[in-house]
Amino acid sequence: MSQGTWTVKVEHVTRVEGHGSIRIDVRDGSVREVELHIVEANRFFESFVRGMGPAEIPWVVSRVCGICCVGHQLAATKAVEAALGIEPSAQTVRLRRLLNLSQFIQSHVLHVFFLAVPDFLGAPSVLPLARTHPDTVRRALRLKKLANDFTAVFGGRTLHPMTGTVGGWRKLPDLDAVADIRRRLVEALPELEAAVATVAELPLPDFERETEYVSLWHPDRYALYDGEVYSSDTKGTAPVSSYESICNEYAVARSTSKRSRWHRDSYMVGALARVNNAFDRLRPEAREVAERLGLRTPCFNPYANNAAQVVEIAHCFHESLALLDEVLGEGLVPEEPVAGTPGGRGVGAVEVPRGILFHDYSFDADGRCVAANAVIPTSQNVASIEDDMRAFAPRMVKEMSREDVTLHLEMLLRAYDPCISCSVHMLDVRFEG
Amino acid sequence: MRPRIAFFDFASCEGCQLAILNCEDRLLDLLQLVDIVEFREALSEKGARYDVAFVEGSIHREIDAERLRDIRARSRLLVALGACASTGNVQAAANALSPAENFARVYGEAARNRVQADRRHWPLWAHTRVRPIEEVVEVDHHLRGCPVVPEEFLRFLGHVLAGTRPMERPHAVCTECKAAGVRCVFERGETCMGQVTWAGCRAICTRQGYRCDGCRGLLPDANLAAHRRVLREHGLDDEAIDARYDLFCAAGRQAIEEGPL
Repeated sequence: MSQGTWTVKVEHVTRVEGHGSIRIDVRDGSVREVELHIVEANRFFESFVRGMGPAEIPWVVSRVCGICCVGHQLAATKAVEAALGIEPSAQTVRLRRLLNLSQFIQSHVLHVFFLAVPDFLGAPSVLPLARTHPDTVRRALRLKKLANDFTAVFGGRTLHPMTGTVGGWRKLPDLDAVADIRRRLVEALPELEAAVATVAELPLPDFERETEYVSLWHPDRYALYDGEVYSSDTKGTAPVSSYESICNEYAVARSTSKRSRWHRDSYMVGALARVNNAFDRLRPEAREVAERLGLRTPCFNPYANNAAQVVEIAHCFHESLALLDEVLGEGLVPEEPVAGTPGGRGVGAVEVPRGILFHDYSFDADGRCVAANAVIPTSQNVASIEDDMRAFAPRMVKEMSREDVTLHLEMLLRAYDPCISCSVHMLDVRFEG
Repeated sequence: MRPRIAFFDFASCEGCQLAILNCEDRLLDLLQLVDIVEFREALSEKGARYDVAFVEGSIHREIDAERLRDIRARSRLLVALGACASTGNVQAAANALSPAENFARVYGEAARNRVQADRRHWPLWAHTRVRPIEEVVEVDHHLRGCPVVPEEFLRFLGHVLAGTRPMERPHAVCTECKAAGVRCVFERGETCMGQVTWAGCRAICTRQGYRCDGCRGLLPDANLAAHRRVLREHGLDDEAIDARYDLFCAAGRQAIEEGPL
């Protein structure tokens, strides 16, 4: 249907976090090249945090990303604590896990219902949906508000929280507020059911590409906060501290984001990778949601990442309820943050909504940062997104109009929920040739 | 006619746009009163002219500066949304080194040399320095902070709808902190930027057990010499004091201490 010779460049793809462009080049009906260009300007965090002290680093690198600021804080905090030889208390870890869960719910709700669903319902954005599907939009807004309030109870505010610090907690959450969040989560369970029903009705583009799935893995639970790094290719784990030989980062000129490869040319991280790798560790309620969504693992359709995110929303709801009960049952005891010894290197990793996130810091004997590195999920996914596009594009070109080719490429990019601080401005789409 | 509102982002975490999306309770009401014509993070729609353009992020490359000038030319009011646009935020600290050194630290020297040699993609890598947007275009209003305070955004929109112009009233976070009855950070044995920082955040960080780090920017008439003396009395040396001023305001301190730009 889209035979002939033509090039489309979708610049500044919309409804993604950050700036990226997609370029597809078709010559005589066959796809010559599909490229994802990440055009985001550099901010040089890994350079300018050198010289900073351990406590400042998690607070500053939170600013890498608004959507997953909690994850950046947690990964950086864990890295700094590993460098300084700090073992946080069980209470501190429990509160951090709750903070992380709240961000998963917030981010997944935002992505599925505000950024991805409009594509499936044929709308350019969530705005027209507010008129055509008001219940869906209002429900999503209520779920998002609940998740934001959840983050604020534990973090002090929703964006760039300030209550947690290296070694412990500056200000503990108020137990009445914790109880209130628990009550609201329980009350919202029917809302979550209805949201699942909405997603269950959405069509899924027919495409599969089996690849390597990488995620944290924990023997006792669905790993979101801690664990080792699992590969679906080796069916084994590697320690977080070996992340450099996992990510094998490299740079290409067309993209200011670095790329990663492990056992193949690319690997996938994020909700689908986690659900594929650790389905049996999900809460039973989340496994039921997977069944209702028709998500069977292993699933090789990257568009199903949206469904995997919905499964994880359910998991995070129920995991949160269990942890909130622990907090309410045991109460909260003020503790002095644990101090460490300056000097040394530490690596920390957490799962964030878009995949596994690594932070790595080295300090001199005066406690100043002398080297810093962070590997974010989207830079790990960029090569996988491009490989999916290359695998799917030839069929798209045969079966779809040019407009639908563009839409499905954008949807594929959005399915990964990229965090390139990114989006495609439709008016910039140029048909050439 | 409902005002046509647009959001744009440059180098930032896009958290300030998220902070706007986080006004869940009032978002749908707001949409009755304004037309959001561009909001890349949330919408695919695109407009051509704007009554108010909210700009998030700092400016690092000439391609970004050109895009910003274009937005300015098509906007009746242009508003700096958040610390990156207002002050350059934490990334302005990267200005202490040359772009070549920063690239080498982040990508490694070999990779830097390779990508920067590719002429087709040169504009992507043509980092100059981190600039607040006011160094590139005229700014009508600042919504400060990292992140912005949603109430300030809503209040500003109220002014736009009423056809009035909001006043920027320079006063210090310290006054809001005192009004909130928070025990002084200095009394806790720590140091604070609250005396010299633009208010409007209702001292959220000190209320939550932290200190003020000055994310809303240094007050234009702040007595930095006196503040520096206070910080010295509380045990900081000049290097540590400079680091504190530079944490969120590296681009702003020089401007104040060395006089107007």
